[in-house]
Amino acid sequence: MFSNNILVKVQNISVRFQGNDILDNISLDVERGRIVTLIGPNGAGKSTLVRIVLGLLKPNSGSVFRQSGIRVGYMPQHLSIDHSLPITVLGFLRLSRVKTDIQQVVFEVGISHLLDRPIQKISGGEMQRVLLARALLREPDLLVLDEPIQGVDISGQSELYELISKIRQQRGCGILMVSHDLHLVMAATDYVVCLNKHLCCSGHPEVVTKDPAYLKLFGTAIYTHKHKS
Amino acid sequence: MDDFLWRALLGGVGIALIAGPLGCFIVWRRMAYFGDTLAHSALLGIALGFLMNFNLMFSTLIVCVVIAVLLVILRSQKGLANDTLLGILAHSTLSLGLVALAFLQNDGLRIDLYGYLFGDLLAVTRSDLYWIYGGGSLILLSLIRVWQSLLSITLHEELAQVEAVPVVWIHLLFMLMVALVIAIAMKIVGILLITSLLIIPAATARNFARTPEQMAFLAIFIGSLAVIGGLYMSWHWDIPTGPSVVLSASCLFIISLISVR
Repeated sequence: MFSNNILVKVQNISVRFQGNDILDNISLDVERGRIVTLIGPNGAGKSTLVRIVLGLLKPNSGSVFRQSGIRVGYMPQHLSIDHSLPITVLGFLRLSRVKTDIQQVVFEVGISHLLDRPIQKISGGEMQRVLLARALLREPDLLVLDEPIQGVDISGQSELYELISKIRQQRGCGILMVSHDLHLVMAATDYVVCLNKHLCCSGHPEVVTKDPAYLKLFGTAIYTHKHKS
Repeated sequence: MDDFLWRALLGGVGIALIAGPLGCFIVWRRMAYFGDTLAHSALLGIALGFLMNFNLMFSTLIVCVVIAVLLVILRSQKGLANDTLLGILAHSTLSLGLVALAFLQNDGLRIDLYGYLFGDLLAVTRSDLYWIYGGGSLILLSLIRVWQSLLSITLHEELAQVEAVPVVWIHLLFMLMVALVIAIAMKIVGILLITSLLIIPAATARNFARTPEQMAFLAIFIGSLAVIGGLYMSWHWDIPTGPSVVLSASCLFIISLISVR
């Protein structure tokens, strides 16, 4: 029915909540070895689509096929840990309940020096790397990253995208990524899906950035972020 | 030392043993008010126990479980804020319990209401000890078994779910454990003070712990100290044991605040 390389196939799904359309007739494939990026304004339903791909939410209509037996790694948008819970970075990584060699993954994402730190005492950028490490520990076939550069400073942002690219090359996993920003992400992605409750346009980054629907949403290449529906 | 003092000590330390680790999760998950609501509903369980001539701990456990399930259902309706819902349930069930007991007292039942509200450690019987250590081992063994999963859910529920943790079942199990500890601890510190025995030792332990496990062990130790100190105060000055134990826990908490600075 679909090729072995397709990890997840989302077909014509719609999500309604309390009478409002959150997602309307969306289709999306994530293939092994490819980076698919979801972009769109706030409230466009990006996180909802991510939750559907992860199997945390069932669509009202449409179907989701996930290749059987694949492992999914998930990097949530943010993690705020209550100060009342004392836990080190290493302790947090161990919660992933896998027997993978923690040291190797930790080295890969560059957080070896953080392992003994209380998790409340690391910076936003370090936290994103820790979350990425936790996702990688599962040796995922599919990696789902919800706004991976949130809370990361500008220089850290491109570093993080480079790291994600490298992970894709070395591990060959499929990556679904949500992003707010437009410039940096375009360089680090194979396929862009521009979402605003419905599917505005999709394709290769260069194609999408010239698409009228994209331009209508985001203005010109300069990020102006107009809220039009 | 008299027999009743030994029983009091064993009972109190037994409760501290369970309340320490469970209390940590109540603190981490910000469920203090939830624990309070379950505890308040325990009085209704006592009334029901007297009415149907049932074991009081068992009837209390049943009422607590029903209230916990009711809370989960009501919360999923998303109508009212959680703390409002808890406030309504806590005081409604407490009042209902008081009214039911008043009717029973009018019919000639003689009960020590004060003891149920504020606890009486010195009245711990041999069969109470069986309940504490039997139920306590059940709770602790279950908690050890689901420790990693529960911790994972506490940190990020959806991440845990993606990592194949059975979130709903573990939530349910946790609520059952809290209900059970309330049913067991009711006689020791009383339903109005149970939550403090869950929370204060855990909060005191926080300042000295670097890992969740350290915090749980420290909470057990601090809770036991509070029980011993409270028991001594109660015996020495002839004051109620429940409040004495809670106050000695509070003192330890204050000392921990000062010593960390």
